[in-house]
Amino acid sequence: MDFDATRPIYLQIIDLHKRALMTGELKPRDKILSQRDFAQRYNVNPNTVQRAYREMEALGLVETLRGQGTFIAATEEMLDTMKQDMARSILDSFVQEMKILGFSLQQALELAQEAWQEEESRL
Amino acid sequence: MIQFKQATKRYGPTLALDNITITLPENKIIGLFGPNGAGKSTLLKAAAGLVRLSSGNVTVAGKAPRQMRAHLAYLPEQNTLPFAWTIKRAAEFYRAFFADWDEDRYQKQLVMLNLREDMKFGHISKGQLAKARLLLTLARQAHCLLLDEPFSGIDIIARGEITRALVYDYSEGQQTMIISTHEIDEIENLVEHVVFIDSGRAAVFGDADELRCQEGKSIVTIMKEAFRHGSEQVEHV
Repeated sequence: MDFDATRPIYLQIIDLHKRALMTGELKPRDKILSQRDFAQRYNVNPNTVQRAYREMEALGLVETLRGQGTFIAATEEMLDTMKQDMARSILDSFVQEMKILGFSLQQALELAQEAWQEEESRL
Repeated sequence: MIQFKQATKRYGPTLALDNITITLPENKIIGLFGPNGAGKSTLLKAAAGLVRLSSGNVTVAGKAPRQMRAHLAYLPEQNTLPFAWTIKRAAEFYRAFFADWDEDRYQKQLVMLNLREDMKFGHISKGQLAKARLLLTLARQAHCLLLDEPFSGIDIIARGEITRALVYDYSEGQQTMIISTHEIDEIENLVEHVVFIDSGRAAVFGDADELRCQEGKSIVTIMKEAFRHGSEQVEHV
């Protein structure tokens, strides 16, 4: 993957793992790449990877077992909360943008419904 | 930590370093950027203890660079190895000369960089020569690596191989690596701290992530802008 060079890379590494958890690509107790392997796979500074992994540990997202590797430690409960948080922030920016454009709640809901149906019919 | 205090270096009428005061943090990968003739090579040579400053001083971990030589691995921009030598012969030389030579590292990197020990410096391509010289520098377990234009004049494939070699060998949290280059793109994801120098002065410097957040731009863009502004504008984080 390519990193967005305008945002701190360690945050993007954390997001990458969060997203993989949301989509089910990664599941609780899965083993993830070692820091060294991650750095080499994505050509990122090993210090940056170390920082991201440390932060993920502090968040309870992963745990590192000595001599065994790093594993997803997030529980189903945490995943739910993360999903809610992410949905909330998507909605926040949606609401903000729609307000700026001058739409009422009713109009915004209608448009959202329309867009939702279009998206589904495309699948 | 490498500290330059009011460092000035003159080569005859040319001012290579102009009263530069800057601190390069320890145990990080640092990008040293700037146009040709900005003073990048002189800065690295001063840190390696290879040039005497005209005034001011530079310290590495609080000591004079000359005293720190055993802990510094310096890769000069130009090749200094005899063209008649093979990689094997050069490795023997380095092995005998440097106490921190790491044979295991050397063997692994040799394979990673797609090199062979029987290759002669005079007979290989520019890219292979660059990789071979880097190999010898990286095979030392030096605490501080000073790499002057490791990507200069080589193709995109070899550049990628070099970046990979740098990542592969880096001991996180334990090694300082300073890379001077024009290929900012190549090491955008690698550098944690950046210094942009122009006309012997530090124009922009700071933590790469802080600069990204502050400007909402990539390091490449920030450096390009610094390049355009030249030395008129001085900013730091």
